[in-house]
Formats: sequence, C-alpha cells, structure tokens
Amino acid sequence: MAEMIIPSILETIYMVSVSTIFSILLGFPLGVLLVITEKGSIWEKPLFNKILGGIINVLRSIPFIILMIIVFPISKLIVGKTIGTTATIVPLSIAAAPFVARVMEGSLKETPKGVIESSLAMGATVPQIVFKVLIPESLPSIVSGITLTIINLIGYSAMAGAIGGGGLGNLAIRFGLYSRKTDIMIASIIVIIILVQGIQFLGNRISKIVNKK
Amino acid sequence: MIKIANVSKVFENGKTKLEAVKDISLKINKGEIFGIIGLSGAGKSTLIRCLNRLEEPTEGKIFINDLELTSLNKEDLRLARKNIGMIFQHFNLLDQKTVYENIAFPLRLEKLGKKQIDARVNQLLEYVDLKDKKNNYPSQLSGGQKQRVAIARAIANNPKILLSDEGTSALDPKTTKSILELLKKIRDEFNITIVMITHQMEVVKEICDRVAIMENGQIVEINTVENLFKNPKTKVAHSFINSLQGNVEEEIINPKNYKGKIIRLSFMGDSAKKPIVSKVIRNFNIDVNILSGNINKLHASSIGNLTLELIGEDDEINNALLFLKNESVHVEVI
Repeated sequence: MAEMIIPSILETIYMVSVSTIFSILLGFPLGVLLVITEKGSIWEKPLFNKILGGIINVLRSIPFIILMIIVFPISKLIVGKTIGTTATIVPLSIAAAPFVARVMEGSLKETPKGVIESSLAMGATVPQIVFKVLIPESLPSIVSGITLTIINLIGYSAMAGAIGGGGLGNLAIRFGLYSRKTDIMIASIIVIIILVQGIQFLGNRISKIVNKK
Repeated sequence: MIKIANVSKVFENGKTKLEAVKDISLKINKGEIFGIIGLSGAGKSTLIRCLNRLEEPTEGKIFINDLELTSLNKEDLRLARKNIGMIFQHFNLLDQKTVYENIAFPLRLEKLGKKQIDARVNQLLEYVDLKDKKNNYPSQLSGGQKQRVAIARAIANNPKILLSDEGTSALDPKTTKSILELLKKIRDEFNITIVMITHQMEVVKEICDRVAIMENGQIVEINTVENLFKNPKTKVAHSFINSLQGNVEEEIINPKNYKGKIIRLSFMGDSAKKPIVSKVIRNFNIDVNILSGNINKLHASSIGNLTLELIGEDDEINNALLFLKNESVHVEVI
C-alpha cells in the first residue's frame, strides 16, 4: 500500500505547493488593488474597483469541477495536456486566485485607518504605503490567509482527482471508491487529514511568531 | 505663519448634509502654541485635519508661510506635508515595527542613508527619553511612551508645524503633563508652531499661548489664555473654565439668593499680591462676604478669581468698584 500512497502524497504536495505560489502571485496583487482602489482609500478608483470585484465574484461562483473543464484549453496551451498532476496546477491556480484576492483584501483591511492616515500625513507615496505599511502591518493575517488557501487547495486538488488530476484525491476515488479498496480510501483520507492538521498548526504558529502586536 | 481664510467643510451623506466647519478665518503665529478647544462634535478635529488636507476643505484657503496649501496638486501636497508633523489621540504607530523602526519610518520614506537614519533615530530616542525601549514593540509600551514615539516620529524630518489631534486625550493626567512638557520643550528649542485640538481645559491652561473656542463649527471666542481666564466672554468659555478642578463658582452662585451685589474679581500678576479685599473693607463702609475663590496656574502666569458679595449703600458699593478697577483688578458684576 505504501508504494501507492507515497507517490500520491508527493503528487499532492507538488500540485498544492506550485498552485499556492501561482494563486498568490495572481491573487495577492488583486487583493491589494481591491483595497487601495476602494472609495475613500489611498488610490481611489471606484469604477475599476466595482468591475474588479465583479469579475472576482463571478470567478468565485463557478464550481471548481466546472471551472476545471472550462480551463482545459488554457491548461493545454500552457502545459501541453489536460490531465495529470502538472496540468491540474492551471485550474487550481485560477480557481484559488480570486479566493486569495478576497482573503488578502480582508487581511489588508485590518490595518487601522489611522495608521494609513498618519503615513499620508508624513508624505508617503501610494507604493510606500502599500509596501511599508499595509503589507507589513497585516503580515500575521496574511500568513493565516495563506494557510487557509493551502488547505482549500488540498480540498480542490482532491476534487481534481476525480477528473484525472492525480494525487491523493485521485487515489482515494480511483482505487478506494471505484475499485472498492476501502483500506486505500481510508488511508488516503487519513493522510489528507494529517496534511490539513499539520499545515493549520504550522500556519498558526508562524502567524503568531510574526505578530508583534 | 498659518493662515486659514474662510474655510468651510461640509460632509454630504446622501441627503443629509453636515456643516462641520463654517467659514472659519484664523491666523496662527510662528512659534506659537495655539489651542483649539471645543466639545465633541464642535468641528475642531475637522478643522485641524484641513490644515494638512487629510480632510479637503469644501471652501476657503489655507496658507502655510505664504504657500497656498489648498491650491497644491496631489504630489506637491505630499511634499508639503513633510513640513507638517502630526500626532493623534490613538498614536497610530506601526504595531509590527519596533520603536526604532517607527521613528525611522519617515526618514526611510526620504530614502536617507543607513548611517544618517541611525544617527537621527538615536538622537530622537534620547530626546524623547526612550533609549532603553529602542527594540520594543508598541504593544509593550504605555500610552505615554507610545505618544513619545509618535512625537519623535512626527518631528524626525524637522517640520515647521506640529499638529496634535487630541494628542493627550487618551492619557492619564500625569502622563498628559509630561507629554505637554515635551511639546513645550520642542517649541522652545526648535521654534515649531504647534496647533492643538483638545476638549481639556487643563491642556490649554498648561501650555497654550492663545486659544480659540469652537462651537457648532464656528470659532466663538479667540483670545490669549490669560485674557480668556481673566475675562471669558462666552458661555462655553465659562463652562470650560468651570470644568477645571476646583472652579465651581458660577453654577452655585445665583445673585437672586443674595441681598448684596455679587461681583467677580480676577487678579493677575502683581495685583494678586496686594491685600485688596481688606483695603476695600477699611476704606469703604461696606461688608464683604467671600463666596468662592480659586487660582489657576497658567504656563506663564497665575490668575486668581474671587467671588464676593458686597453689602451696603449703593454709593459706597459703586465707589468700592471704582477703587477695585483702579487697582488693576478685573471686575465683573454678576
């Protein structure tokens, strides 16, 4: 059983870590834009803010399984194929990016208004406020948000297993569910639980360490 | 130095309109500590925030040293703000940064060299007496210490003006005093103009040179602090003075309850040292009943108030009043 489980664990870790990186690269800047273009914020662009918010909401409304199929052409364009571990990274990243944007928006908004005002009063530019105030001040909350994203991606990646995604989800569905090998299914689920618990634990610890408040 | 010309600020929220500041004009001199006092909702915070355009005035002009702040574009405004330091009621420090980094923040915005920043921050840490807290985070500091960090940060770039938006309102009386002393020291040493918003008469009494009293978005009285204590013209001014500990006269004394004439004397400087009351009793054929008295220590002088009941013939009382006026005592008949 171990020779089946271990490669699947590695596949899951690979899919989740790479798509975490990509979804943050895509979603984090969007989250920053959502915060600073809001009415009354440091780079007010109300119309842009509404449109961006709308697009993010639409993307978040599409069920992951369907989104995965919709982006098959993009996966094919980038990776060259539509099934397998690497190909799954594309829909995973696209699905998680709007989620990351909203989570980061929430984190960045935790910075008290007064702190931003005092930076404005000191003559800080918009980029200075973003990089020297907003992001460092909300770092603990950003870490919690990333933890949440990783755990969500583990869930998504298990779903992706249903349509040829690879990893622990694929193992649980293909061998456990379809071939009625209950022991493999249970083992896969236990490993996923351990992964989720471990990441949550680590995330909480890091968030606490970086928080000086 | 600072000129406010016909400034108004209207907040519009859908159909409701709130006129927070109504057509205020005001001049504040260089090196002056100018207080603006008012109850909450009087518009004083909005007014001070107009001085660095954290709040955009709806109408009117603001000049800082002949520079018309209200005409500047965003970029010029940003640069002009570097000459205007500001401290706040809730300090607004960076919670995730050390005391050192908080003070270094405005210097880093200027992209100064590491050595230059280090020298300046250490100098400021010493100035505000927080050298040993250098590597602490704001959460490890008391309110007074936090405000010291905020003050060091606000003066790091040698601004010409310092604005204090209720800078001592979240502090206990003892800490308030030490912060006020620090602000005074800064003014005396660097000749910075300080504008302070407060609802505490103690603050005005302690360090302000002049004071404006705000009510319903308007300045109802503007005077030197000495003259305000000596002869407050408006009802709000009276109530602010009476809010000070130990000043509880007017509310209790109702002239209708007394047979004689009730007068209120204000002494200042030398007149406080003369035995005026006993002279009055000896020189005129009247009885004097002392109803209340107090002394307010202002930062530059002291002002004593005495409320008396004068009992006797009208002529004698009038002569006594004349005598008091000649003794450079301010007399008010209640």
